[in-house]
Amino acid sequence: MSNVFRAEGLGKTYPGVRANDDVSFAVEAGEIHALLGENGAGKSTLVKMIYGLVRPDEGRMALLGAPYAPHDPRAARAAGVAMVFQHFSLFDALTVAENIALGMENPPPRAELSRRIAELSQSYGLPLNPARRIASLSAGERQRVEILRCLLQSPRLLIMDEPTSVLTPQEAEILFATLRQLAGAGTAILYISHKLEEIRSHCDRATILRQGKLVGTVDPRAHSARELAAMMVGAEMRLVDRSGRKPAAPVLEVRGLSTVGGEGMALKDVALSLRSGEILGIGGVAGNGQEELLSALSGETATAPGTIALEGRDLSRAGPEARRRAGLLAAPEDRLGHAAVPEFSLAENTLLTAGARQGLIRKGLIDRKAATVFAQQVIRAFDVRTPGPDTAAGALSGGNLQKFVIGREVLGRPRVLVVNQPTWGVDAGAAAAIRQALLDLAAQGAGLIVISQDLDELLELSDRFCALNQGRLSAPRPTEGLTVEEIGLMLGGAHGMEVAHVPA
Amino acid sequence: MIDPLSVFILLLGAATPILFAALGELVVERAGVLNLGVEGMMITGALAGFAAAHASGSPALGFAAAALAGAALSMGFAVLTQFLLSNQVATGLALTLFGLGLTAMFGKPYEGMKAPAMISGPLGLNWMIWLGIVLVPAVWWFLARTRPGLILRAVGENHDAAHGLGYPVRRVRILAIGFGGALAGMGGAYISIATVLQWTEGMTAGAGWIALAIVVFAQWNPWGALAGAWLFGGVTVLQLRLQAAGVAVPVQLLSMAPYLATIIVLVLISARQKFGRSGGGAAPASLGRPFHALK
Amino acid sequence: MFRLEPRASAPLVWQVATPVLAVLATMIVGGGLFAAMGFDPLAAIRTIFWDPLFGPAAGYSRPQLLVKAGPLILIASGLALGFRAGIWNIGAEGQYIIGAICGAAVALAAYPLDAFWIFPAMILAGAAGGWAWGMVPAMLRNWFGASEILVSLMLVYVAQRIAAWMAFGPMKNPEGFNFPGSRNLQQYDPAANPELIANSGLHWGGVAAVLALAATWFVMSRHVLGFHIRTAGAAPRAARFAGVRPERLVALCLGVSGALAGLAGLFEVAGPAGQITESFGSGYGFTAIIVAFLGRLHPLGILLAGLLMALTYIGGELAQMMLNLPAATVQVFQGMLLFFLLGFDLLTRYRIRRRA
Repeated sequence: MSNVFRAEGLGKTYPGVRANDDVSFAVEAGEIHALLGENGAGKSTLVKMIYGLVRPDEGRMALLGAPYAPHDPRAARAAGVAMVFQHFSLFDALTVAENIALGMENPPPRAELSRRIAELSQSYGLPLNPARRIASLSAGERQRVEILRCLLQSPRLLIMDEPTSVLTPQEAEILFATLRQLAGAGTAILYISHKLEEIRSHCDRATILRQGKLVGTVDPRAHSARELAAMMVGAEMRLVDRSGRKPAAPVLEVRGLSTVGGEGMALKDVALSLRSGEILGIGGVAGNGQEELLSALSGETATAPGTIALEGRDLSRAGPEARRRAGLLAAPEDRLGHAAVPEFSLAENTLLTAGARQGLIRKGLIDRKAATVFAQQVIRAFDVRTPGPDTAAGALSGGNLQKFVIGREVLGRPRVLVVNQPTWGVDAGAAAAIRQALLDLAAQGAGLIVISQDLDELLELSDRFCALNQGRLSAPRPTEGLTVEEIGLMLGGAHGMEVAHVPA
Repeated sequence: MIDPLSVFILLLGAATPILFAALGELVVERAGVLNLGVEGMMITGALAGFAAAHASGSPALGFAAAALAGAALSMGFAVLTQFLLSNQVATGLALTLFGLGLTAMFGKPYEGMKAPAMISGPLGLNWMIWLGIVLVPAVWWFLARTRPGLILRAVGENHDAAHGLGYPVRRVRILAIGFGGALAGMGGAYISIATVLQWTEGMTAGAGWIALAIVVFAQWNPWGALAGAWLFGGVTVLQLRLQAAGVAVPVQLLSMAPYLATIIVLVLISARQKFGRSGGGAAPASLGRPFHALK
Repeated sequence: MFRLEPRASAPLVWQVATPVLAVLATMIVGGGLFAAMGFDPLAAIRTIFWDPLFGPAAGYSRPQLLVKAGPLILIASGLALGFRAGIWNIGAEGQYIIGAICGAAVALAAYPLDAFWIFPAMILAGAAGGWAWGMVPAMLRNWFGASEILVSLMLVYVAQRIAAWMAFGPMKNPEGFNFPGSRNLQQYDPAANPELIANSGLHWGGVAAVLALAATWFVMSRHVLGFHIRTAGAAPRAARFAGVRPERLVALCLGVSGALAGLAGLFEVAGPAGQITESFGSGYGFTAIIVAFLGRLHPLGILLAGLLMALTYIGGELAQMMLNLPAATVQVFQGMLLFFLLGFDLLTRYRIRRRA
């Protein structure tokens, strides 16, 4: 088998961090090759170098045997390398055909392009209507547009960055069928992921990165998920302590919660009952109403009277501050711009939510000293790595800021805490600390709602599990004994997709 | 009595400056840039155009000079917002204040002079009016059907994605800003050369701001800009007719009409946005946000 | 080539340095402009910036400093609150005019009474008029999402025409020989706004400006409202998360800045201007925007920037008289100042690095 792509000794340094250090590997034609590593291991940087977004400091690359050093993505595309990003770079107000045309060097005239899109998408099992605007497509459909944009240029190497993070299990199956079809035709596929089971089922080889360095290239099928995880992290993962929780009386009742859509997803008749000491996990692919649910519970979005009650008190018409005073706290998904203000210091950021409960704001006046003291408490208790409470929030790493944001709420001794994506984009050490903090909080008697796209995390943390799909919440089921298939069904089946028709 | 055809011609005359400025700003905003300096560019074009036309005796040369002057002034805005990443609202305001001051200063010698007359074309309309009307489908065609237009729309929609695809976001925006400046300059020159036939300090009297409102009213669509400009032209003409007819309303109150009409138009279109069809507005998603490529 | 690296926070040294740099740059380029127009640049710069304070006729021009700075500072304090929150009140000129009209209306209605309550009533009317004129864009934004920039600006043109109508119509001085313009309030003692300290230029408007500065300083640095305003400007979603209601903030900022602008108008019409004329409104509302930006939206900065702008007004008038410099020079200078400030502002938000 021939090498489509080869990297030798690639290295890249950023101020303060060695993102990639002497990485060498090769991808063969017709192979689905995984790039495995936890957040911060250097996968993104490596792939950006292959796609021409970033120039390597050391090392060489070769494509189809010839030296390969693209200076921008256009050069990479011209050479035959295509990439589907994790965060789609699509233009919402434009149509599918226009989006695809923008991604091509010399697009054919409109009518012919539309025809080719319809044909190609059908034959790969990813049907698309070229005239639809991106804004009206689901996440899975948008990914299809990205993939099709790549396929129309017949790439030799296709790079996919965490593609299944936005897909339901059924949609992921269809994606893999497409990838296998492509590999069968000779395309080399570089597949970035941290989902071990997926890689073990579908990939031929896996290159593992840890802290910028190459751990090795292995056959994933020859190792257990646990062994692969150990190679990724470098040590045995500390098991999370789930014991000591005794769910007691109901503390939060939600009934008939509905919101209007506007730009996001409308919630439809959401109902749940949360007991003190219990963790309720809410799963779901992004875009199904997670942020809207959090906003409805935090008080940012108003709801009809009688929909939200905390320990018997109706909080439906109360704003965020009133809910905080009652003991209902929340931690949204976006750390920068929503949960915290990037330009403000950590001390100032405490004023955002902890003003009332920690006595930082009294009779309308701000006590800056008290805010600084509280920020220091959070920093100490949650091991936030930062020069001090006067550092701007935007200067912290993702994991450290997330620890601060969650810690700020946890130290508020809530009766109920709602968190959305608590460990998204966070390194393994910080993620484990955050999960333990949530478990400890529940053990002290608080009720927790954890909304997450990470099924492993939800299964680890929650006592009961339900799923958010198209704004509807499924009935909660005890986590014990739940199978992946049942979860997949709760998350919502395929959006009218078909398996690929391949001419024999 | 009122002859409908001559009223319509007057309406077109009143609408043309607004139409030019609105079309220019529409293209700029589709590229994702909010340039509040339209008034400054219009007044600059009014003076430059008048001066050139008076000196050369040719209105056409005047309009060409106005386009250049408007484009040149807009480059100040371009440098500040695209290279120095300044706040677009404040910079646009600065442009307007600067333009008003600069023209007041340099325009002194031209007060009291007369402009050369414009040649009448088909149907008794001068060629600028025709140019304005022709520009509407031209701009529409450019945006909706050509590749450069598609790239411009993409830049305005999602500048990060456009950059990721390798498109020169800054260059596209600077070209758009220059185009907007040129058109605003020509629109301003129409007021001094064709409508009033003289130069006075501050003579645009808010036309640039009205053009900005028309862009919102048009929902960033060239045909909507035509409708808005004609609406404004109609209100202006009506108000002038009522003044001339000696209606029992004080002149000053009547002359408020265009500005009040603009407010009403803004409210109606914004209300339709808010309470009508759901989903995001028609505004380009990157409008007003500075673009900084991190390499 | 150079590369721009975003800073995590704006260092104080640059926040103070950029206005200073902007002033210096304006002097240099302005000087160049004068030279190109055939004037002696050094003489012009000296006449504008130095002479009003220390020159031969300074005795006459120095008091004018506070007369001009007072309204600028008063209006800019209010504008700064909104600008910090991303709420753009561009129509302060209109609120200034309406405040003056309302205050003058009270005075003219009371004429020729002599009572202690007339002046306080005028103050209330001026503030209320300005507040109401500022609430129109606020309500239209809250109810319909209409841009407060465009609405407040349109209302400036409307206010100017109302003033003209008043001067020619309802407010015309019956003893004014049929000239347009209202009675002169300076000659009507209960309504007058006189100089409080002889030859200082300080009238009640100046006092109000100082009070406004102190109040806004207090709110922005110690009060939770100031925190909400800064948060709304920096991260609107975080502000909502913190419990800020956007509509209330819009109404508050536009209302307060409108009221302060109206007050400034009232003090002006009862003081230095004396009457409502058809061109009442000398651009203070727009210059105050520059003052707010130049002062970095901070009370102390606004104080200094207001004094500087007042200096350019007076210096400009002086230069017009002594050197025959065109009247609009001042406007050009002010526009240039804002331009340079916006350009240098880059240094507070980004570091400049050489590309490796």
